[in-house]
Amino acid sequence: MVSIQNLHKKFGKHTVLDGLELNIDDHGIIAVLGPNGSGKTTLIKSILGMVVPEKGSIHINGKPLKNNWEYRKEIDYLPQIANFPGNLTVIELLKMIKDLRGEAKREQELINFFGVNKFIDKKLTNLSGGMKQKVNLVLTFMFDSPLVILDEPTTGLDPVSILKLKELLHKEKASGKTILVTSHIMEFVESVSDRIVFLWEGKIYFNGSVEELKEKTNQRDFEHAIATLLTGEHV
Amino acid sequence: MFKILKYSFFDLTRSSWSYIYFLFYLLLGIVLLFLNNDLSNAVITLMNVIIILVPLIGTIFGVMYFYNSREFTELLLAQPVKRTSIFLGQYLGVAVSLSLSLVLGLGIPFIAYGLFQSPAIWDFTMLLITGVFLTLIFSALAFNIALSSENKIKGFGYAILMWLLLAVVYDGVFLLSLVYFQEYPLDKFSLIATMLNPIDLSRILILLKLDISALLGYTGAVFKQFFGTSFGSVISLSVLVLWTILPLLNIARIVKKKDF
Repeated sequence: MVSIQNLHKKFGKHTVLDGLELNIDDHGIIAVLGPNGSGKTTLIKSILGMVVPEKGSIHINGKPLKNNWEYRKEIDYLPQIANFPGNLTVIELLKMIKDLRGEAKREQELINFFGVNKFIDKKLTNLSGGMKQKVNLVLTFMFDSPLVILDEPTTGLDPVSILKLKELLHKEKASGKTILVTSHIMEFVESVSDRIVFLWEGKIYFNGSVEELKEKTNQRDFEHAIATLLTGEHV
Repeated sequence: MFKILKYSFFDLTRSSWSYIYFLFYLLLGIVLLFLNNDLSNAVITLMNVIIILVPLIGTIFGVMYFYNSREFTELLLAQPVKRTSIFLGQYLGVAVSLSLSLVLGLGIPFIAYGLFQSPAIWDFTMLLITGVFLTLIFSALAFNIALSSENKIKGFGYAILMWLLLAVVYDGVFLLSLVYFQEYPLDKFSLIATMLNPIDLSRILILLKLDISALLGYTGAVFKQFFGTSFGSVISLSVLVLWTILPLLNIARIVKKKDF
């Protein structure tokens, strides 16, 4: 589905991605983890074509990304910080994105699911962070694309909404989607992900299931296993 | 691209600045016409206002809109839309709404005054055409500057500086060099120097149309002598078109390589 070869990216002198290789063929939920500044968002943005890599190639469904934009029809993306044009109302924003992308079959279902209908006529500037994130989630999932990329989906959400999000993710997984997710909340990652991809210094440092990670680091607890990876103690 | 243009345009028509800009021209047109009672005089006065003010407003609006719609841009970049369409759409949204404010703001009082019965109609049309060109050119330049600098304050600074250079400083330097090198043949130099500045070019274009030799100045006179009135107009119009297209091509070039 997604295949990344020898990806390099620098911002000024700072190397963010350094020959990264990654293949994602399986369905299910893949968590991309790593310390701050390890290149998670850069990797995601490269897949979306928002960041142009210096070297290397990315193929999605066998097609190269370079100078191509139509592949984005197959991707739903949830940005890290939900910044929307403030003078639009929620319903206007939804309409606008539908106008750009085409019909959204699941819009109403998701609006009800996340309780967005309570503030659907409000302007986006007047919404709280959590409300914006719910709008963001509706916007992401309503097109039902086979590949979903979520950058910090739990940001600003209350515990009830996080539970709902988990429920939704399990449903999406069951319907055969591939979901890439980054998060700093380890409990969330552990409960949803099938595979962990750990980035460090611009490369893939670990790639496997939660169980394999625990085995490799000799830790019973997921959070400790990640911490061990971060400090490099198991090497 | 047209969908983005549509949204940018409607976004701007909600902003009070578009109306202030429109009302300003409306008021200016009314005052000039009904106090002055002379269409041709009004056109000349308007020319002086337009060639300074239109570039300024185009520059400021262009930079401001670009920085303010960053969030919108980021949202669009993740959608299946071509990059160049996003930015050209936004650019056209700004340029079209500014041009509309100008054309409607000045057009309404002039039509009310009886423009269609007057021989000055073509002079006035030429005034509007150059006004629209200046809007297109300076908002495109503003987009170039905003795209090249991440920092808002710096972007604004560079944009104002560009306006100041082209609208004020350029003329001064130009005049000084004419005085300084007066012993040399300066026709070619001044022809080229005029073409390199869209504001000067617009001034000459309008003055050629108005056919007022006293106001043409040295460069205008050279222009007229060199090209003749009608050919001179064609040349200056085509250079204005170039001035519009080149910054747009550059926007497309920057956008293809930029990280967001």
